Amino acid sequence: MTALLQVFFDALSLGSLYALGALGIALIFGVMRLVNFAHGDYIAFCVFAMLWPSIDAAAIVFLGNLPAWVLIPVILVLGAGISVLSEILVFRRFRNANPATMMIASFALGFVIKYFLLMLYSSRPKSIDLWSAVSLPLEIFGARIPLLQVITIAVTLVILLGLVLFLKHTRYGLEMRAAAENFTMARMLGIRANTVIMMAFALSGMLAAAVGLILATQSGTADIQMGANLMLVAFVATVVGGLGSLPGAVFAGFLIGGLSSLMQAYLPPDARPFRDAFVYGAVIFMLIWRPNGLFTQKSAKQRV
Amino acid sequence: MGNALSAQQVSVAFDGLKALSNVTLSVPRGEVTGLIGPNGAGKTTFVNVLTGFQQPDHGRVLLDGEDVGHLKPHLMRRRGIARTFQSGRLFAELSVLDNFEVTGVGLGLSRREAAEKAEAMLDWIGISSLAERTAGGLPYTDERRVAIGRALMLEPKYLLLDEPAAGMSAEEAADLVRLIRRIATDVGCGVLLIEHNIGLVLSICSHIHVLDSGEVIEDGPPSAIKASERVRHAYMGTQADAEGEIL
Repeated sequence: MTALLQVFFDALSLGSLYALGALGIALIFGVMRLVNFAHGDYIAFCVFAMLWPSIDAAAIVFLGNLPAWVLIPVILVLGAGISVLSEILVFRRFRNANPATMMIASFALGFVIKYFLLMLYSSRPKSIDLWSAVSLPLEIFGARIPLLQVITIAVTLVILLGLVLFLKHTRYGLEMRAAAENFTMARMLGIRANTVIMMAFALSGMLAAAVGLILATQSGTADIQMGANLMLVAFVATVVGGLGSLPGAVFAGFLIGGLSSLMQAYLPPDARPFRDAFVYGAVIFMLIWRPNGLFTQKSAKQRV
Repeated sequence: MGNALSAQQVSVAFDGLKALSNVTLSVPRGEVTGLIGPNGAGKTTFVNVLTGFQQPDHGRVLLDGEDVGHLKPHLMRRRGIARTFQSGRLFAELSVLDNFEVTGVGLGLSRREAAEKAEAMLDWIGISSLAERTAGGLPYTDERRVAIGRALMLEPKYLLLDEPAAGMSAEEAADLVRLIRRIATDVGCGVLLIEHNIGLVLSICSHIHVLDSGEVIEDGPPSAIKASERVRHAYMGTQADAEGEIL
């Protein structure tokens, strides 16, 4: 029972990270049909923002010394800032370009951010001790669950709830939902394109910042590559969920996280190093079964 | 030409292939004007021209006397031209009420004002019971009525309906006729009705234009269209002569 509970929390906590990452990508895809591969680099940017620029091996903590109630909003604003800035400086120029061009632009932007960080901080991973108290285990029904896992799950649920309330009950949320489904039609009905797109980028950047804070706390490291793996899984999750579908992205994020944790726990020990091969094998089967994803939008096939 | 949406000598070609050739047509305010023609006649291309989705190669589009042929769709919408599409094109994942509300928000209303306007419009159309339904799950005929309601939320001066009765039963089509009449008389909208159901067009329109291969081959009141040999030929070819009346 305790082992099962441990796997359950592992799955939920990993799924939470994937879901937040996938949601960040799906929000932008919804309004711009852009798969933003720079999203992973926003995550790294937000983590390195907590350190003072230095190529020394030892990290000099800067913003990371701020109390949590100041640090969290500051990092969220930084995440929103870099994301909105990317939209204004780069993606706005490609609004009418084909999706492949936009995707390449996002790759290029990702490299620019990566090498900017490399220039300021060097390529060496740096240790960053952020809220070490949350690594302590918590006893739940006999199982010892790291407090950070519980916090990750709780934070994800709060973010998802907040996002649902925002999307459902605010004017901007309604505009974003309509634009995510059919941007051309929404624009024709008078929805302000720039506001909706910038709002989506800001939210997506905040999600990247939230993921960055969780990853940095979990791993205790700041690494220029830290967003890359998560970005890949998050992208796969948005495709499995159905590109453009926000609930689909969240669901598929949890699904892939759950699948990974289950396989890690229950595959024979010899097969565990190949866990990702089994996970992505399952993804291939899912896509053969539902090529347009689990939550396909009617409008994804038909646009004005 | 005041108080009308009109096309003057409009021509459109795709890769050298003529889709519309010197089409002249006027949609006066407060009246229902019909546009009929066989498949491929150019009806939807013409609606696209009147709503800014397609720029004409030649000719002018006049809105109450002002040339608007170069404007994009959202600017046409701001000037008071709304349309529906053959495939409803609602926001499928939003509720019917949200589909209406987002249109109000697009007009610059607050969320509360948009909600009030949306509820009033649902009531006016007679579809309040559908308010909370997800638009993507609606039956085809309800989807059409919702699409018309959403277009009316834009407070248009002119409303272009692209095959609104397709797939409707006789009873549903009769309801639609009543609704379109109210739009013209009560709201004062100029309505352009593009429709394959010729009986419906004849029963409701004050003036009808017939397109064939991109050209207007006939226009006039329903009685004239009904009696026209050219229209008969366009629809049925020589077989019409053998089989008698088609309209």
